[in-house]
Amino acid sequence: MSAHGGTVNVEGPRHWRNVVVLWLIASVIMVPVVIFLIGPGLPPGNGSVEASGQTADNTVLLALATPVALGVLVYLGYVLFAFRERTPDVVLDGPAIRGNSSVQFWWLIVTTTLVLFLAGYGSVRLLADGSGGGQGPNPIARPAVPAGGKLLVVQVVAQQWQFNYRFPGYGGVETNQIELPENTLVQFNVTSLDVIHSFWAYELGVKADANPGVNNVAYVTTKGPVIFHVRCAELCGLWHGYMFNQGRVVSKADFAAWIARQRVYFAPATKTLPPYSKTYFPPALRRAG
Amino acid sequence: MAGAGKRIALITITAAIVCVVIGLYIGLYLTNVPGSAAATTTATGEAQLYLGTVPAAETTDPHPTWVSYYVVDAKAQTWQHKTTFVLPANTLVHVTIYNYDSASALRNNWFGQATGTVGGVMALNGKTMPGIDPDLASHVFSIPQIGLAVPIQGIPDSAKNPCGNAPCSLSYDHTTTTFTFRTPGKGLYRWQCFVPCAAGFIAGFGGPMQTVGYMDGFMKVV
Repeated sequence: MSAHGGTVNVEGPRHWRNVVVLWLIASVIMVPVVIFLIGPGLPPGNGSVEASGQTADNTVLLALATPVALGVLVYLGYVLFAFRERTPDVVLDGPAIRGNSSVQFWWLIVTTTLVLFLAGYGSVRLLADGSGGGQGPNPIARPAVPAGGKLLVVQVVAQQWQFNYRFPGYGGVETNQIELPENTLVQFNVTSLDVIHSFWAYELGVKADANPGVNNVAYVTTKGPVIFHVRCAELCGLWHGYMFNQGRVVSKADFAAWIARQRVYFAPATKTLPPYSKTYFPPALRRAG
Repeated sequence: MAGAGKRIALITITAAIVCVVIGLYIGLYLTNVPGSAAATTTATGEAQLYLGTVPAAETTDPHPTWVSYYVVDAKAQTWQHKTTFVLPANTLVHVTIYNYDSASALRNNWFGQATGTVGGVMALNGKTMPGIDPDLASHVFSIPQIGLAVPIQGIPDSAKNPCGNAPCSLSYDHTTTTFTFRTPGKGLYRWQCFVPCAAGFIAGFGGPMQTVGYMDGFMKVV
């Protein structure tokens, strides 16, 4: 009964039809907007094959989440409008809510289907190339080497509070900057000399924890020249917020020239470094507690 | 009624005072930073910075057992416990570091080479060299944001006349490290030591290694 004695048909099919029509219209408009306008701007961008893949994945996730979010918002907006009290001189409570097995059934079917699809989609994508993530010491998802190219191994050595990079294929030289050749499959061997850090090369779509005594492997296939930013993504002490630097993907010729300069400049330090290894265990220190 | 009113007023005033005191404490804590020291300028417009490293801070320091950097006046040999250095932008800075501490060795031997300095070299006790034996490193003066890292050799364990707490005169056993680097544009840059030199802390990297004002600080480029 309404305040004026009339009845309100809250369970009538007209309301469901209206909500569904409004939701369909909103979805038809917004999903293409998400895919074609918002999607290309999603992180982490197109700095590498893996980064492009992550951007595509984020677009898929957002495109699937959009109808779900719109369903909630359209339903909320509709009931606020359709069931508002038009003559609020007497405020009465609405009729009691009863179970609706049909709604519950379809809600379970739709959400279960979505979740299972996303689980399958994510697994397939992850197993294809590792998606730039750390895979531990025995990676199972290894991308193919680009035609005419070869694998470049770069060791990331983290310590409080700086990332260094070691190139075993170039005399084991270690640098405090990083440059990579374009269109190359790079294998990052990430480790730490002290506490847990995380190597996050944002524009390349690479993120791998740096654990002491562990070799965490991550792959990335570079594309064209790009500047990328490296940050530590694991709270690691006083200067964690300052543990960053900047790298570049350059042409193969520029990389060859750069690494040759590094070998000359860091020759004195290279002589004192331990032989290249996937992990390092610095000896006990005289002062260490 | 009058008694209740007085009680409410008393409680209100007391609560307000407590809030003000807590606010002051938090405010002072957040705004309290170690003091800064400006480098001296030479006749040629370049800057000169003198620093000292000691195995233990002054006996009056809140942490008198902590290893620490100091700013040193080269002529008067007065020591200031400041680790923020104010330097002019895009200027050559000549740095002299008097080290009174012994060696702790590096965790990463890479830091045994001087990098980011003019000519890629440093000088130890007047002798120019690209770096030192990593096992003899006592400290590293490093500003990672500009790629600067210079190892500082320690005094021998068998030193006859070591200095305990700051300040230390030049008559004590010490090493002298000098190098030159060019400051970047204006900004705030952090510096740190890379030798795990914090005695008594886990892996030598706690306490003074994790506290601005001892083995960490800022370079304020103006």
